[in-house]
Amino acid sequence: MTLLEFFTHNRGELGELVMEHLFLVVISTGIAVLIGVPLGILLTRRPALSKPILGFANIMQTVPSLALFGFLIPLNIYLFQVKIVGGIGARTAIVALVLYSLLPIIRNTFTGISNVDPAIRDAGRGMGMTDRQLLLQVELPLALGVIIAGVRVATVICVGTATIAAAIDAGGLGRYIFRGLRANDNVLILAGAVPAALIAIAADLLLGYFEKTIQLGAAVRGKSKSLLWASALVILAALGGVYFFNTNSTGRIAVGSKDFTEQVILGEIVAQAIEAKAGLQVVRRFDLGGNLAHEALIGGEIDVYVEYTGTGLLAILKEKPLADPQEVLRRVKSAYAARFKLEWTEPLGFNNTFAILVRGDDAKKLGLTTVSDAAKVSSRWRAGFGQDFMSRADGYPGFSKAYGLHFEATREMDLSLTYRALAENQVDLIAGNSTDGLISRYGLFQLADDRHYFPPYDAVPVVRQATLEKYPALRGVLKQLGGILTVDEMRKLNYAVDGEKRQAKDVAQEFLRGKGVLR
Amino acid sequence: MSKNEIAIEFRDVSFVLPGGKTLLAQLNLQVGRGETLVLLGRSGSGKTTTMKLINRLIDPTAGQVIINGKPTVDWDPIRLRRRIGYVIQEIGLFPHLTIEQNIGVVPRLEGWQPERIRQRAYELLNLVGLDAERFAGRMPRELSGGQRQRVGVARALAADPPVILLDEPFGALDPITRRGIQQEFKALQQNLGKTMVFVTHDIAEAFVLGSRIGLLKDGEMVLLGAPAELLQSSHPEARAFAACFHDGQAIGRPA
Repeated sequence: MTLLEFFTHNRGELGELVMEHLFLVVISTGIAVLIGVPLGILLTRRPALSKPILGFANIMQTVPSLALFGFLIPLNIYLFQVKIVGGIGARTAIVALVLYSLLPIIRNTFTGISNVDPAIRDAGRGMGMTDRQLLLQVELPLALGVIIAGVRVATVICVGTATIAAAIDAGGLGRYIFRGLRANDNVLILAGAVPAALIAIAADLLLGYFEKTIQLGAAVRGKSKSLLWASALVILAALGGVYFFNTNSTGRIAVGSKDFTEQVILGEIVAQAIEAKAGLQVVRRFDLGGNLAHEALIGGEIDVYVEYTGTGLLAILKEKPLADPQEVLRRVKSAYAARFKLEWTEPLGFNNTFAILVRGDDAKKLGLTTVSDAAKVSSRWRAGFGQDFMSRADGYPGFSKAYGLHFEATREMDLSLTYRALAENQVDLIAGNSTDGLISRYGLFQLADDRHYFPPYDAVPVVRQATLEKYPALRGVLKQLGGILTVDEMRKLNYAVDGEKRQAKDVAQEFLRGKGVLR
Repeated sequence: MSKNEIAIEFRDVSFVLPGGKTLLAQLNLQVGRGETLVLLGRSGSGKTTTMKLINRLIDPTAGQVIINGKPTVDWDPIRLRRRIGYVIQEIGLFPHLTIEQNIGVVPRLEGWQPERIRQRAYELLNLVGLDAERFAGRMPRELSGGQRQRVGVARALAADPPVILLDEPFGALDPITRRGIQQEFKALQQNLGKTMVFVTHDIAEAFVLGSRIGLLKDGEMVLLGAPAELLQSSHPEARAFAACFHDGQAIGRPA
């Protein structure tokens, strides 16, 4: 499918994502202006503050965006009973984007005003202007061009950074980019990146035009008008914000998912089953990176998502690995209930364990069937692992030790990119997921975990106890999903989305119909 | 001069920078109502410092500056400044405001009605010899240096302040424009009857405009008196300036 075809097919969704993206950018830059300009003015009055404040804004800009999101999510700060920071979604994304946009706005306001000719300032003061009058009638109008230039830079930064907001369910064009990365789909990546770039260019041109016309002279005549426009825009955005925050998941079930295809499909399966069987309205909050889904569940941002028993045991509870699937499920069940008031329901039926993968050709040529076989030749190999696998205790560190693996090089990349990297000979061994549809697509070979290093990763919906009490019908629905999927079926569903480029929503619906859950 | 006739008085005024550099030492000075005092001196002699002490852009580190019988430190600086017109070199016009708006700044601060401000601006533009219809809507950058200076004077007169400070207002003009505008300004000055303090480093200008001249050197007033006294003084600084004056006269004299 070409990019153009994709756009014509998905016009509606594209429009929605563009609007979400614009919403994030307009609100964030709007708030950044409302904070940054007064701060910049303050700095011209109290120069001693300029070092700490500009320093803070500077540091904020250097924090990687995903790290900043991760840092903000558990904060949960309230102002007048309204949550302003914390949790997943647009709110936290906006806070992060505001922090990113502040520096250019503060700095340009500060320098714009500081660079006003001292003689002009003297003239104003000599004529009997108060500090406020001098600021509003002389300094700000003269600095306006420079301030707008700062807003312009901030906006462009914001358009770019907002794509990452999709990782915490804040929407926007990043959804296409993340989805595309996951599915190794360049068209999908471009479908997110190209409109985002166009928005950035358009914003740059528009604000550049403002900057020019607002220079001396024209500014004064058009000033009241453009001020009016700007305030109208801010009010509009604020209203949009109120609407956005108020339409959050009150009175509905929020289904979450992690940020890979299988999780999105499972999220859809759970969501559609709840909609059809329990008759409840469902909000989908998919694509949550890292441990965000777990944190969102604890924080009540979502009510249910599908977790894997091994992940719960090792990554969340930080316990020692166990080999017996039943034992693992028992452990996480009791620990989650006691510690988080969360309930593990019926296992869906398949085990998505780490799959140590090599190219089919290599396996044949070298006669490899197990990971132990690979350990003998690994010193000449380059390995590629996702960030998740590299960082978790049961991932690379423990795994390489258990098998005595030493690679010539280890590359850390996005999990979704590792399959392609392996197929294209950029790496020689990866750790994928056993249910990944790309395994058959790229003709990859899964080495057997002959030392049983990896614990079982049975997929099980995890749900808040509070939600189960509030909506008892939910329990029946989740019970019905027990044992509904085999590994093979899961791999097929994954391939339908990753390989055949079908929508997760449709794939899930078809599957549930086939199983008689939906009619 | 009786007490009522004094508009501005300096009593042992000194101004010392925080670093210890003395810009003005022990200045004593009286300016009568309706009088034009010209402060003459080289760059850095303390002329501009003296001006800024009058409209309280700075406060004296010792002594008192008394305006209308009240020390400046007791004045609300905003009220004080609005009673004092201020003209500085051409850069003083606000580049983002039209000529009319520039002239109307103080009246607007004083809360005049827009119609009255406009009337006043037109009246003043015509008074300083600029066609109001043509110039009112223009921006400062569209005007020549001489035109800008006229606007500067008009702006200082806008709210009809009893005192006007002029800090080298014609300094950036070419000599020919400058002579012309000086003559016009002198005529204006006689009609208006304002108290004026005029700073210049041009002795010819001082002679044309000043009823008295104060000669400053390194922050000290070395001479204060009628123009003729300056020419007769034996003080080296006075002789230096007088020499310039005679040179200028010699060049201007027909052969």
